[in-house]
Amino acid sequence: MRWEETVVEEATADKEDTSAPETVVQSSVPQPKDDFQEELVIRPLHSGDIYASFQFRTLWETDFMRGNKVSHYRLFPKSLGQVISKFSVRELHISFTQGYWRTMQWGQPFLPSPPGAELWVWFQDSVTDVDGTWKELTNVLSGIFCASLNFIDSTNTVQPSASFKPLGIGNVTDHRFLRYATLPREIVCTENLTPWKKLLPCGSKAGLAVLLKSEKLFHSSFHSQAVHIRPVCQDWQCKTTSWELRQTLNVVFDLHTPGQGKLEWSLFKMFSRTLTEACPLASSSKIYIDITDDPQGEQFEVSPATHLLSQAMVLGDRRTFSVYDLTQQITFGTVRSLNLLIRWKSSEDMLRPLLHAERYVAGYGLQTGEIHTLMYNNHPYRSFPVLLLDSVPWYLRLYIHTLTVTSKGKDNKPSYIHYQPSKDRVRPHLLEMLVQLPPNSVTEVTVQFERALLKWTEYTPDPNHGFYVGSSVISSLVPSIVAMDTNSTREQPLFSSFFPCKEESSYFMRVYTEPLLVNLPTPDFSMPYNVICLTCTVVAVGYGSLYNLLTRSFQIEEPSPGLAKRIANIIRKMRGVPPL
Amino acid sequence: MGLLSDPNRRRALISLLTRLNAPICVVCYMAGVAWFMGLAFEPFTLRTYMSENAMGSTMVEERFPAGERALGTGREFSAHKKKAGGMPVDWLVKTMQSRGLEVFTQRFSRRLPFPDEDKERYMVKGTNVYGILRAPRAPRTEALVLSAPCSPGDDNNQAVGVLLGLAQYFRNQVFWAKDIIFLVNEHDLIGMQAWLEGYHHTNTTGMDWSPLQGRGGSIQAALSLELSSDVVTSLDLVLEGLNGQLPNLDLANLFYAFCQKIGVLCTTQGKLQRNDWDSVSGYSHAVQTMMLMVMKQASGRPWGDHGLFLRYHIEAATIKGINSFRQYKTDATTIGRLLEGMYRKLNNLLERLHQSYFFYLMPSLSHFVSIGYYMPAFGLLALILLLRALDLWIQLATPPTFNLNPPPSQMSSPGVLSVLTPLVISHLTGVALYTLPIHFQEIAVEHFPVSETEAVVLTAIAVYTAGLALPHNTHRGLFVPPFNGWKVLKLVAVLYLAVLLGCTALINFSLGFILALTLVPVAAFVTPDVPKALSAFIMVILSPACTLLFSVFLFQELQEMPVSFLDGWMLYLSVISQGILDHALYGSLVYPLVALLVYPCWLLFWNILFWK
Repeated sequence: MRWEETVVEEATADKEDTSAPETVVQSSVPQPKDDFQEELVIRPLHSGDIYASFQFRTLWETDFMRGNKVSHYRLFPKSLGQVISKFSVRELHISFTQGYWRTMQWGQPFLPSPPGAELWVWFQDSVTDVDGTWKELTNVLSGIFCASLNFIDSTNTVQPSASFKPLGIGNVTDHRFLRYATLPREIVCTENLTPWKKLLPCGSKAGLAVLLKSEKLFHSSFHSQAVHIRPVCQDWQCKTTSWELRQTLNVVFDLHTPGQGKLEWSLFKMFSRTLTEACPLASSSKIYIDITDDPQGEQFEVSPATHLLSQAMVLGDRRTFSVYDLTQQITFGTVRSLNLLIRWKSSEDMLRPLLHAERYVAGYGLQTGEIHTLMYNNHPYRSFPVLLLDSVPWYLRLYIHTLTVTSKGKDNKPSYIHYQPSKDRVRPHLLEMLVQLPPNSVTEVTVQFERALLKWTEYTPDPNHGFYVGSSVISSLVPSIVAMDTNSTREQPLFSSFFPCKEESSYFMRVYTEPLLVNLPTPDFSMPYNVICLTCTVVAVGYGSLYNLLTRSFQIEEPSPGLAKRIANIIRKMRGVPPL
Repeated sequence: MGLLSDPNRRRALISLLTRLNAPICVVCYMAGVAWFMGLAFEPFTLRTYMSENAMGSTMVEERFPAGERALGTGREFSAHKKKAGGMPVDWLVKTMQSRGLEVFTQRFSRRLPFPDEDKERYMVKGTNVYGILRAPRAPRTEALVLSAPCSPGDDNNQAVGVLLGLAQYFRNQVFWAKDIIFLVNEHDLIGMQAWLEGYHHTNTTGMDWSPLQGRGGSIQAALSLELSSDVVTSLDLVLEGLNGQLPNLDLANLFYAFCQKIGVLCTTQGKLQRNDWDSVSGYSHAVQTMMLMVMKQASGRPWGDHGLFLRYHIEAATIKGINSFRQYKTDATTIGRLLEGMYRKLNNLLERLHQSYFFYLMPSLSHFVSIGYYMPAFGLLALILLLRALDLWIQLATPPTFNLNPPPSQMSSPGVLSVLTPLVISHLTGVALYTLPIHFQEIAVEHFPVSETEAVVLTAIAVYTAGLALPHNTHRGLFVPPFNGWKVLKLVAVLYLAVLLGCTALINFSLGFILALTLVPVAAFVTPDVPKALSAFIMVILSPACTLLFSVFLFQELQEMPVSFLDGWMLYLSVISQGILDHALYGSLVYPLVALLVYPCWLLFWNILFWK
């Protein structure tokens, strides 16, 4: 989402041979009505793993919301187009992730996503029954992506008031039209990848998508695929809007080898494929390799070498990339196939990302517990505010009066709190807070909860596994580390580097914590029959008779009087004399 | 129930129960003991079987190859340990990092309430080092733990070596679905307590620890490894944890299944299982194994580093390598393969271990006695208390006909008071027994030539003995106790004991049963009318403190390490100090239970004996 497309095309004169500078895609050429771009970014990670991020973008200048139905689809997938027009979707973001992004080892991802499935949708303000539309939409998406999104219902849907703002154009920010839900248990596998690939114009037949083979993609440390749909400006004046469909796929491969030797990977080793052509429908098809950590070329060896370099601001950091343009035949060389190869060294130290977070459940026993959320600000001198969003299922009954926020041992009062209490079996807790993180500190948010005892039909088939609580979301504008960069190893003109310019001084970042697995008090389901029998017996026989014995007094009954005596008694009664 | 609602038959039944009360009690007692002894007889027990399907049928192939290298790492660890004079933190961090783990450390410190003379420690400061192997594509929600203590001296180096070897091997495998935490804890249980409290962010015992940086979600199972030699003859499985808690039986089954598969001799309580169950020696072997388990469980202390996990509902066991003079030796590669197999099966778990039993006794590793089978033994003993209580109730409800002088209304109020006074006083004595030893240690050390530890233990014994003098004082200054006052007191005491033992036995059967074995006869026979001197002697013999003393001797006998009386006495003193320490350090409940509840209850009976 926040991968800024400001690819600063610089002449990069530091290399002697300036071959043909890369053509700038966007500006001068008049755009066709629809347009498709594909791109792969490869970043060797600090820990020795390798991060590959695919992005496929389809732009289409059309208006789904107009009365006349859009029926002619070219690059844009029809299934999604129909979803947009039928449900009056303004923005749709869906991600499927298997694994947890390890910020301490890998730094920041280009596109953060929580483990499991995440879906958030902004509806047009013309929608009257948002909840009904949302329900239908999740069921439809469930079919499109072959996922269990139909499990999204009111008990796990929230309406965040501040954390999820529209990313496209438009000025409606009334959170009545926003729905956000996560399914932390969702498992992502081939059956989700195939429908995702089918949305691409070239499918997996040509272009970068040929690399997306599931046997390799799911043999990785982290896998995340997403679809983002939003309206964007068509030109700088924003007179017309077009729809952007961005399909992204992020994957981290584990290249751990014991010992300190150089690591090596190639496209073939990662994906068991090489590239032979760009997608013929794509207007641009590029591979970027992040070589920032290696300005002198000591640690990295990239082959085949390229002289096409590009710089971009990524997550507040100025990165340098080698660029391979797949639309140019020359890229594929004489063998007509591109198999990039990198060798580099890794280090085992952990990173200190400026902002990261972790979360865990404290306490023991099955009655109460405490959720701890730790947010680390590792910036040496800048404090910055973060928005924390917590959506906790109703069966953890939060005691909101126990909410504490502490930084450096002192109480840290959030400047904004939005809390929506849960309703049993209807809706989850929603807690949003704006917290200022002091520099170089850990901020701890704790809240106690009580574990509810569910009805026996509400337990999942594997109740002893535990129940999931989705990730907290931390959204923030983080001060850029470029502003921190005081050493002048990079050659910059002096006039450009005095005031940190606005774009670079801070950047948006979203951090997801790990989901929680919480055990609830669970009956022993293996013996409901025994329990029913025992309970019935105890109640019927034991309790009944004991109650009888305790409450009654027993006397020996007189033998019933004979007939004569009874008659005599009747007569005595009539006479008003006490009976015999 | 028709039987009870018919007054005639009820009267008959009651008179039967009152007339035959003593013989029925004796029979019950004998039957209880016989039942218990029968539990070890193999035809009466069940064979263990794997209940958890996720671990049952799946096949795993163990391929751990690097036993020798692991032992080399262990030697390296030992050298660095010697150089550092304790935990070689830097070396461990570096080694774990080079094996591709996320490594974190935790510092902790703890001042013991009084010096621990067994382990020679008072101010404990240490560091735990743990590395997390992150499972690919797992969202950090579940974890398994493998721990090895960093012991002083030359112990357990091999365990750390095997742990690091396994970490290296596991790192290159792709099948992990749960994070695996490799933990090397310093100062054995104290370090483990600090780590667990840090992991769960609780503080039950007032320890200082630095917060943990990395976590792996909810821990599903844990194994602790103790290995002090390059080759072992057998592996011993230790299950007894804090307060007599046991891990799910499936964990023991898993260990047994892999020992069978790989061909490693395995024991429990250090006893091999025998096939000749029908012979006397075979039966007595099984009884010994079971008795050892009962005594260990009754002690309520963690018998390995795993013991503290159980509080957090984490199934855990300790695997101990034993090197005896047997011919058949097992090398480190085989042990590594065994652990690999166990971890792969645990990795397959979809739910926490919950299918099998949590309450069981094991007469051998392949047989177990479940709660349904052993509870009747205790039930028969507890029945005696109920019968006596019924008897007393009837006696109180039908006052002797010749004595009609005090009207019932006058009799009741001094009765209650006469019960309340001994109750309060004996419980105050219990509170004194609980609090005084630790608080008075400084004064005791000043005035007597003893060390702090001795001071604590001797104060405890002194308070305990002083309690025996109470009955002479409880009645002084009170009104004349009513004629049947002791019966009211005894009724209360018997019911109190029944509830107390019943609750204890539900939580920790062994403790409840051992206490019942000694306290029930006391409770049954004591009246003011029995011969004082003899009864007093028997009562003292059957008091909780003497029970502990006998248990110490019996335990040594069962372990085939008999001790002389003097050594036994020293052991007894150290057991008391360990009990108090276990309570202070890990929250073991046996000491407060005995001091605050069982001992006062016994004092009540003592009171009855000396009722005037």
